[in-house]
Amino acid sequence: MKQFQSLMGMPITVEVVDPSVTGADIEKVFAYFRTVDDTFSMYKEHSEMSKVNRGELGEEEYSHAMKTVLALSEQTKQETQGYFDIQHNGTADPSGIVKGWAILQAAHMLKEAGFTNFYIDAGGDIQVSGKKGGNPWRIGIRNPFNRKEHVKVLAVTDKGIATSGTAIRGQHIYDPHHPQTPLLDIVSLTVIGPNVYEADRFATAAFAMGKKGIYFVEQLPGFEGYMIDASAQATFTSGFERYVLKA
Amino acid sequence: MLTLPSGNWSETLDSLFVVRTFMRKKAIISIVIIGTFVLYSLIHSHSSPAAVVPITSAGSRSSSSSATTPSSNEPPNATVTPSSFYKDGSYTGSVADAQWGVVQVKAVIQHGKITDVQFLQYPNDRSRSIDINSIADPQLTSEAIQAQSANVDIVTGATDSSDAFIQSLTDALSQAHA
Repeated sequence: MKQFQSLMGMPITVEVVDPSVTGADIEKVFAYFRTVDDTFSMYKEHSEMSKVNRGELGEEEYSHAMKTVLALSEQTKQETQGYFDIQHNGTADPSGIVKGWAILQAAHMLKEAGFTNFYIDAGGDIQVSGKKGGNPWRIGIRNPFNRKEHVKVLAVTDKGIATSGTAIRGQHIYDPHHPQTPLLDIVSLTVIGPNVYEADRFATAAFAMGKKGIYFVEQLPGFEGYMIDASAQATFTSGFERYVLKA
Repeated sequence: MLTLPSGNWSETLDSLFVVRTFMRKKAIISIVIIGTFVLYSLIHSHSSPAAVVPITSAGSRSSSSSATTPSSNEPPNATVTPSSFYKDGSYTGSVADAQWGVVQVKAVIQHGKITDVQFLQYPNDRSRSIDINSIADPQLTSEAIQAQSANVDIVTGATDSSDAFIQSLTDALSQAHA
């Protein structure tokens, strides 16, 4: 069973292929994403995130989810030499970590409900679990120059995949060390990691590093990456090809 | 104060000549590669309007596979500007300079909404990308991207590219204003 909703400003798709699944099981996942949006939205005046940024809450009043996300953001900043930083112009925007974290929490919910073969895709960041029809899930990396095409097909199971890039609504990632310099060299960086939270946060940080981002991914144990630059050349890490579906 | 290069001029001229010869070789190689792609495109897709863009034209029409994945569709709220401003039709944007080449897009408007944005040109100048490849780590591999025809369950990816894209699209949309 496969269902689609547009939430948090992005398309979210959930497919569970275990035969016991019901619509109510999948609706729980969407309900969870709505809760996350209500808590962390930068655009909702009454979200906890907005209250935190206006200084209306003491730290002891933060929800458990808020404390977790802020701690994970700080940890990621440390692990990426400051390239991942939720602070910008005096405002904390943890969107870059909330998405991957929420997809992973939702995947845990499905696992706890007894499902093993599924995926959750939120705006192109994906957690896959198990298989579809006995085969690994097949994931296409979109051609950043032609969104109707994919330039690689990956065969993966029990992994997280995330892509950072320039988007139709404009640049949404910048280099915190040089915030005024636009990132133009790289148009798409896909990371495969142990789960979508890990893949997403390192894809975001590596994208902000520009051309050296792929070397950052290369030295992360358990991660592989595929980078497409503005000249339509791709560069990939040494273990990437093991995930590429052979035609 | 102008500083003259040390060393003698004939040496400098010699090395310039070597560089120029190398560049000419690169140019010939590029022409051969591009020519091959154009020929290939002409043979394999007569209908393509963008035969000089190898990946777009020679690339399989994989829309059938991506159409089955909802994630490849734009979310309803992702249109660039309110839809009612645009007249139906196809509008070709200006050629915008990206760092490694040019970008030109065509926007298709149906029922006042952007239904498709196609790349007519994007950077694919092989002779320039040689410079980029030369800095690659020996452990890492580089390749020109190439469209794949296999069906997929899910799609990951950045949607569209760069300031040059936005510049060309903005120009196309300015023509579409009612």
